[in-house]
Amino acid sequence: MAEIIESGGGKKHGKKGRKAHGSTHVDMTPMVDLACLLLTFFMLTTAFSKPKVMEIVLPEKEKKDVKAPEVDKDKVLNIIIEDDKAFWFNGMAVPDKVTNQMPTLTAADFSKDGIRKVLLLRNKDLFIKMDDFTQEVLKGKIKLPKDSVDKRLKQFKKEDKTGPIVLIKAGENVKYGNLVDIIDEMAICNIARYAIVNISPAEKEMLAKAKALLPPTPAVKQSETK
Amino acid sequence: MSKLKMPVRSPSVDMTPMVDLFFLLLTFFMLTTSFRPQEAVQVDTPSSISEKKTPEKNLITLLISKDNKVYFNIDNGADSNAHMRSALLKMIGDYYKISFTPKELKKFETLSSFGVPMVKLKDWINATDQKVRDAMSVEGIPTDSTAVGSELQMWIHFARLTNPEAEAAIKGDFTSDYKVVKKVMDILQDKKINKFDLTTNMEKVEVKAKDIK
Repeated sequence: MAEIIESGGGKKHGKKGRKAHGSTHVDMTPMVDLACLLLTFFMLTTAFSKPKVMEIVLPEKEKKDVKAPEVDKDKVLNIIIEDDKAFWFNGMAVPDKVTNQMPTLTAADFSKDGIRKVLLLRNKDLFIKMDDFTQEVLKGKIKLPKDSVDKRLKQFKKEDKTGPIVLIKAGENVKYGNLVDIIDEMAICNIARYAIVNISPAEKEMLAKAKALLPPTPAVKQSETK
Repeated sequence: MSKLKMPVRSPSVDMTPMVDLFFLLLTFFMLTTSFRPQEAVQVDTPSSISEKKTPEKNLITLLISKDNKVYFNIDNGADSNAHMRSALLKMIGDYYKISFTPKELKKFETLSSFGVPMVKLKDWINATDQKVRDAMSVEGIPTDSTAVGSELQMWIHFARLTNPEAEAAIKGDFTSDYKVVKKVMDILQDKKINKFDLTTNMEKVEVKAKDIK
C-alpha cells in the first residue's frame, strides 16, 4: 500500500507570481491501515444472530391441599424420554381392565418420522386448522398484523378439544438437549396442552421393560435427526 | 537509444474508492456491533424453532455447563445507573457475613457471569485478570441445599429482591444432565418464577400439512 508521494512544488513561484498549484496529496496510508485494522476487528467481534429463547411456563409448586387437575385419560399421551429416545404410550400407567396388562411403551426417536409423526397424527385436526390459517396469511389472503395472527393462533389452541394432552416425563439418563427437543416438538406440532411431570414408579418399571426389549444399542445416527 | 527510460511517474493506484468502501463498512460494523459478553463457560445451546429474542436487560442467566456446573449472571442492560449488581452483592454479602469494600462492589459491576462459591467470591473479584478468574470458576455455584437453602437459591432470591423485574433464563449445554436442569428449575419454582426462558439457537423446521392428511 505504499505510495510514493510526488513532491509538489512547494514554494516555487512562477514567473508571473502565480500561485503554485502543487499536488494536494496527503499520505493516507496510515489512515487506511487503521481503518483496515478496525474493520477486521469489528467484523470478527460482531455477533449478528442474537440467541433466541423459548419460553416455558411451569405450574406453581404444588400445595398440599390442592389436588392436581383431573385429565381425560383417553386424551393423555405420555412421552418418557430416555437415552436419546422418546418412549410413548396412551392413557394412564394402570393395568388394562380387560387384559389386566400394563400399557406397552413404543420407542421412537427424535427424527421427523419419529415422535413427531405420532404427535402430528394425534393432533391432526388442530395442526391442519392452524396450518391452513398460517398458509392463508402467508399467501396474503388474510391480512392481519403479526400480533393478531399470534393471538388467533393462541385462540385456536385454547378452543381446541381434539388434541392430546401430552405429559412429558424424564427417565434416568436424559440430556438437557433431549428435553429441549421434545418441547420443541410440541411447538412444531402445535400441541395445545403439555406438561412436564415427574415419572411414577410404575412408569419406571414399564420403561425398564421396554428398554430390555430394544435391540442392544442399534447405532442410531444422530445426524439424521431433523 | 541504448538505455531504456524508466517511467518517471510514480506507480500509485487510486485508492480512494477502496478507502471509501472501507470506511463505509467500518461505520456499518461499528454501528451494528454489540459485543458478546464474556461468559465464564462455553455453552452450546440446543436448537429450537422459537423466534423470541433474548431480553436485553433485567435478565438472570443461569448457565449450565457441559460438566453440570451452574453459573450465575444478572444483567441490567445498558442502564447501569441503578447499580443493581453492587446492591445485590452487598445484600448477599450481608447475608453470608462477608463484607465487600466499595472498590470490590464497583469491580463486581463490570464483571459478568461467575461460578464460585461464596467463600471464594472475594478472591474472584480481586483476581488480576480474566485467566485467573476462569481458572477459579471450575466449581460452579453450589446447588446442594442446606437447611437454609443453597447458595444458588440465595443468589436468585436476592437478585429478585434487588431487581423485581428480572426474568430468568436457563442457558444450558445440550449435553448437560437433565437432573441438574431440573434442580435449577425447581429452585426457580421455589422462588415463584414459574415462567422463564430456555436459551436456544434458531433452526427451521418445515412440516407440511399434506404429509398427515
